[in-house]
Amino acid sequence: MPNVRFLLTGDTSLSAEFGNEISEEINAQIRAFTIALEKSGIPGIVELVPTYRACMIHYDPGVISYRALTKRLEGLLGQLGSIEIPPSDVLEIPVLYGGEMGPDMAFVAEHAGISEQEVVAIHTSTEYLIYMLGFTPGFTYLGGMSDKLETPRLKQPRVKIPAGSVGIAGKQTGVYPIDSPGGWQLIGRTPVKMYDPDRETPILPKAGQYIKFRAIDRAEYDEIAAQAEKGAYVCRTYPRGEAAK
Amino acid sequence: MSVTVLNPGLLTTVQDAGRVGYQQFGVSVSGVMDPRAMRIANILVGNDENEAVLECTMLGPQLRFDKAEVIAITGGDLGATLDGQSVATYAAFSVREGQTLRFTGLRTGCRAYIAFAGGLDVPLVMGSRSTYMKAKIGGVAGRKLEKDDVIGFRKPAAEILNLVQRRIAPEVTARTEYAVRVVMGPQDDLFTPAGIDTFLGETYTVTNEFDRMGCRMEGPVIEHKNGGDIISDGIAFGAIQVPTAGKPIIMLADRQTTGGYTKIATVITADFRIIGQLKGGDKVRFARVSIEEAQEALLTEREALTALRTMAGSAYAKERRPVVRPGRKEAAEKKGD
Repeated sequence: MPNVRFLLTGDTSLSAEFGNEISEEINAQIRAFTIALEKSGIPGIVELVPTYRACMIHYDPGVISYRALTKRLEGLLGQLGSIEIPPSDVLEIPVLYGGEMGPDMAFVAEHAGISEQEVVAIHTSTEYLIYMLGFTPGFTYLGGMSDKLETPRLKQPRVKIPAGSVGIAGKQTGVYPIDSPGGWQLIGRTPVKMYDPDRETPILPKAGQYIKFRAIDRAEYDEIAAQAEKGAYVCRTYPRGEAAK
Repeated sequence: MSVTVLNPGLLTTVQDAGRVGYQQFGVSVSGVMDPRAMRIANILVGNDENEAVLECTMLGPQLRFDKAEVIAITGGDLGATLDGQSVATYAAFSVREGQTLRFTGLRTGCRAYIAFAGGLDVPLVMGSRSTYMKAKIGGVAGRKLEKDDVIGFRKPAAEILNLVQRRIAPEVTARTEYAVRVVMGPQDDLFTPAGIDTFLGETYTVTNEFDRMGCRMEGPVIEHKNGGDIISDGIAFGAIQVPTAGKPIIMLADRQTTGGYTKIATVITADFRIIGQLKGGDKVRFARVSIEEAQEALLTEREALTALRTMAGSAYAKERRPVVRPGRKEAAEKKGD
């Protein structure tokens, strides 16, 4: 049973804290706990917000008090070993690398001392863990990028980065889900809408899943973009450990 | 079936109880800053208590009614007038077609709420009508109201059952110093004992940097053990974030879903009515309560609102003042439901 602290975050929520570091192991425990909690049928739970090393649990004190809830959660933690947790899904995100879609590709390649093709090969070879989402709707905090691609942020942030842009900032990589200002080095763009408020599933990625990028050419980009515009494009997902075809 | 915005005021947005269930995807909750004021306004006009309302900030809007409607205004007193005649807050009243509601100036609090019987006709986005300006969703086109906006009513009511009974004493007073109750945590253990004493013993003043995201305060530095940075985690409404500089920020409706600064304490739900009405220059002292006391206060507040709903639509009022005949009563109920 993991060593978990319940922290008060007001009178309608609490934080179950699983540790004090960013690690895949802690994040996996949080994912397992979140899945178990969703299945548990504990009454009064309103919303769960998993983050790097904690899961915030919003609840209705009119249904369950803090004391009663923490007691149930302790019981749940005790059973965690016996609850079957399915493997994480991998979400495949198609990306057109370089050119006008990735204006900083040349800089990133030069900084790493490798070719642009090698940047693409390295960037698409990893399954990146989605530790959490935050900052803006659909923004993922990913872990696992190769040290070789580590690049400092732009000295002067751009005023507007188009939605779908894929970037690198320090040790991090990610996708801008909405048009926003930002200082990330842009290496490509996905035609997929990571966030669409009018879609049945407004946000594609979920904490605890993995993202794998797949390089596409301009023709495929345009085709996917057209489908995405109609809401007809569905990203490939597969259980982790099952090789991508 | 609508209201036309002649002047939007400083910051007027459509808000309800917020967008629940999407924080794990990075979507801010948004919603009203003073939930109690919203609930009372809705109860007074016979709505579900979480129906969308207009939240008006400091300088209220000017609205022309193109259809008769029953409304109620609660929260801070922004000096509401109807065709130049001042109107009571915390009371439901009828507005006739063609009349203009305007606000003459801030008297108490910071934000007023206007509830419309039957609700406003703006689309639900992810289960809520709340405006979330950063992501440009909800409310009217995801933004604050602008001149010439037209907002429809879903089921307007020219009259309403027991109108005279739908009135209570205004709740936001002209105070500028407040005691705000908090439960300590989640990161109170990352402050020194002296830092905790400072936080609970000193007075903090609201700076002019206060908006729907947060309320920045000035006052004695709250001492950390090892700085104010943490690995990012979730943020609740009312969380009091203290970055390394040691000055508290109360996180509010449009707060980010996650953040990387220590949070020393969280304002209790029963006192959201205070922090939702704070403005620059107001002074606050924080008082620690237990989680049991906080939850007790929350349940007491809910009971009070249930009692208010019962009173607003009570048979008692009908017996005493039978203004509604059986036939009309049915019609009124249909409109109001």
